[in-house]
Amino acid sequence: MAALGAAGAPAILQTRGLTKTYAGVQANVDVDFDLPTGQIRALIGPNGAGKSTFVGMLCGRIPATRGTVMFDNKDISRLPAHRRIRLGIAYTFQITSVFTGLSVRENVALAAHRAGGTEATVTEVLARVGLSDRADQPAGDLSYGHQRILEIAMGLAQKPRLFILDEPTQGLAESEVAEFKALIRGLSGTTILLIEHNMSVVMETAQFITVLNHGAILAEGTPEQIRANPHVQAAYLGTEDA
Amino acid sequence: MDRALALHLGVIAALGLAYFVLPAYHAGNLARIMVLAIYAMGFNLAFGYTGLLSLGHALFFGAGMYGLALSMQHFGAPTLPALLIALVASALVAAVVGALALRTKGVAFMIVTLMFAQAGYLTALYFSAWTRGEEGFVLPQALRRFAGFDLSSAAGRYFAALLLFALTLLLIGAIVRAPFGRALIAIRENEPRATMLGYDVQRLKWFAIIVSGTISGLAGATYALLFGYAGASFAAVPYSILPLLYVLLGGAGTTLGPLVGTAFMIYLFDLSSSLTDAYMLIAGVVLVLLTMFLPQGMLGTLRKRALPWLP
Repeated sequence: MAALGAAGAPAILQTRGLTKTYAGVQANVDVDFDLPTGQIRALIGPNGAGKSTFVGMLCGRIPATRGTVMFDNKDISRLPAHRRIRLGIAYTFQITSVFTGLSVRENVALAAHRAGGTEATVTEVLARVGLSDRADQPAGDLSYGHQRILEIAMGLAQKPRLFILDEPTQGLAESEVAEFKALIRGLSGTTILLIEHNMSVVMETAQFITVLNHGAILAEGTPEQIRANPHVQAAYLGTEDA
Repeated sequence: MDRALALHLGVIAALGLAYFVLPAYHAGNLARIMVLAIYAMGFNLAFGYTGLLSLGHALFFGAGMYGLALSMQHFGAPTLPALLIALVASALVAAVVGALALRTKGVAFMIVTLMFAQAGYLTALYFSAWTRGEEGFVLPQALRRFAGFDLSSAAGRYFAALLLFALTLLLIGAIVRAPFGRALIAIRENEPRATMLGYDVQRLKWFAIIVSGTISGLAGATYALLFGYAGASFAAVPYSILPLLYVLLGGAGTTLGPLVGTAFMIYLFDLSSSLTDAYMLIAGVVLVLLTMFLPQGMLGTLRKRALPWLP
């Protein structure tokens, strides 16, 4: 029986009671989260709300203290990170992490080949993100913005069913952010979970938003609902909750 | 045929010709260099390509050496079966040591591999009734034959060394361009990233150690076979450090760097010891200068400055 997400579509990802405790400090507490297949979801919240810890537990980089993660109706809570990736999850790092000593093409090829892609996949992805003419440069020679783009290209080359992006637009120029928005909107069929601080990116790309605060879900809803939510405003502005 | 393969075949052909051109003394040196270069190529797969700095490869070299020499000496095994025993022995030792040592990383990995190698060395000493310890033993010359060739003759030794060197070089050349080798390079460059692309980093590193250890064992076995001697000093700490020096000098993560580094080191010792008794001093100064000015080794620097296609 397919589990149903909040929006009615079958959930590709579900968490129940997901909790992470660091030496007594609770980074995430009993997070129950449902992500329907095909949705673009933004995960927002003030600094220290536990967003990166949460997605770290989804893709297996951070072991959960307790709770379960279901991907495509399969319990992946005990799988190591590389096994989760092989099921069809791609993850981009918050702090840029590419193979700086290898060429741009080889970076994308390493991502594509592991996921069963070919040279054609690599060429197509490079063209799509506009890195074709830099394909033979060492990734370490790229500008910061281009390295972020390369990181996204590596995710695309995996042809993931769930694409988790941890602050992809951090440090990008305005024009690059605009290109990123177009890129995300053009990814039909891929479920996307986006941690983002840039509200214009969130409001223009996300179909649904989850707000984390103090490690727990504070609110969920469409961009309009979230924008109007007094609890969210309070969390962001630091005022007393209404 | 691409440039990398053409270069490898060219080097092999040049080494074949060298036997007929070089004076006997240098041909003898070159046979030894080729055998030690096999060792360095094996080490390079772990260190240069995967980023695993082992200080215990003498254990694998020694496992191959004793695998061949003990089976020849005590059981009269002919060359080919003895060589197979050596390869199986070093592969098994590498599999076990790899499985345990790879639970650690970085400095701890260096120390754990060093300790395993030291344990192997002490084991060779402990069973000195069989191994004759440091003193070692000379292999019966009658057994050192293969397909009618006398491997103790200058020509037999040279071309046996060349054959095994060539096979190893072509194997390494193929590995580093295959998906397996490219994944190893990915691990060296950025391990967390490789994991998050779905690579099973632990398993790949383990395979790398097994292949690396088996090639090192092949070198140890070849050394015993061609030079007719096996002794515990080949399993001691200096023989773990030597391939590191060869590889660093020649260029870590280059296919031909191990050969270049080995040849350079052996001739450096050879020439400086003909000048003075304090040859280690000269060799040491040269090594310090080289690592200061060519931190990526000779071929690594060449690749960076002039020949980016260099394999």
